Amino acid sequence: MNPMQRLTSTWLLLLVFGAAPLPAAVTLESFTFPTKAEEQHFKDLIGQLRCLVCQNETLAESDADLAHDLRAEVYEIMKSGKSDQEVIDFLVKRYGDFVLYKPPVKPSTYLIWYGPFVLLAIAALLLVRAVGRQRQVQEPAISAEDRKRLDGILGAVAEKGKQK
Amino acid sequence: MARYLRYLAPLALFALLVALLFRGLSLDPKLVPSPLVDKPIPAFTLTRLDDPAATISDADFKGKVSLLNVWATWCVSCRQEHEVLVRLAQTGQVDIYGLNYKDNRADAQRWLAQLGNPYIANAFDSDGRVGIDWGVYGAPETFIIDREGIIRHKHVGPITIEILNEEILPIVARLKS
Repeated sequence: MNPMQRLTSTWLLLLVFGAAPLPAAVTLESFTFPTKAEEQHFKDLIGQLRCLVCQNETLAESDADLAHDLRAEVYEIMKSGKSDQEVIDFLVKRYGDFVLYKPPVKPSTYLIWYGPFVLLAIAALLLVRAVGRQRQVQEPAISAEDRKRLDGILGAVAEKGKQK
Repeated sequence: MARYLRYLAPLALFALLVALLFRGLSLDPKLVPSPLVDKPIPAFTLTRLDDPAATISDADFKGKVSLLNVWATWCVSCRQEHEVLVRLAQTGQVDIYGLNYKDNRADAQRWLAQLGNPYIANAFDSDGRVGIDWGVYGAPETFIIDREGIIRHKHVGPITIEILNEEILPIVARLKS
């Protein structure tokens, strides 16, 4: 969630339940990092991982017992010099793709990754067809035969007018 | 016919979407499929709950169909399923191992003394590290392990009589045959 979304959802919660939600910030364990950049890196990484206990919270946000343990685990894997991918692999091996907020692209997820584009393509196709059809309808305003009939009727009206 | 199709097609699409979303409603998002099913059990060595000097490891699971039940004294639903486990153990149908997860040794021993002990042996996982390797995210959880030491099924939540009868026992019977 970006700050704006969080603000919106906070207000929604307030509106719906009429109660103040608990502060979302969780006291992170006293992990120590040599540099600020590494601390940010750690926070970014755990911000992409889902806590399995409070499923709509990231590992960074959750105060669940398991989240504490997993944060410590991630911290130790990172400290041993391993890459983000190795951290992710560690968790996916144990808990499945579900820990990832961003699902990997593979046959079982093609629908969620490519589905919207397929729908967009279908919509574009239908739009093009609908517009094309409208043009076709507009073009032959009156057939030659109808024009003759119209001339006949209008001619007769004109004749009547003269007679009066 | 073609004329009806342009009205029926969106309706059919809508019905499909409704069916899909309706199914989504009946799924429990708390049940996360485990990637460990059909994989060998994770290697571990822990002390036994009843004896800090003795150990129990993944090697103990080879050669027989067994259950591994993840439990703790702080876990309310564990108490709920405990009697089912005790009764199952009495039948001798399957060996039940326990993983005492993030618990206190004295409390856990007292629990077993009071409520009965269905376990062949309990591994004492005080810091939950082995639990993480098994992908545990909420006790109670129960794994069914085959003779080769491969996890064949995982049940999250308490084992009720229905779940024992419809889920656990049929799988155990199939693995034993």
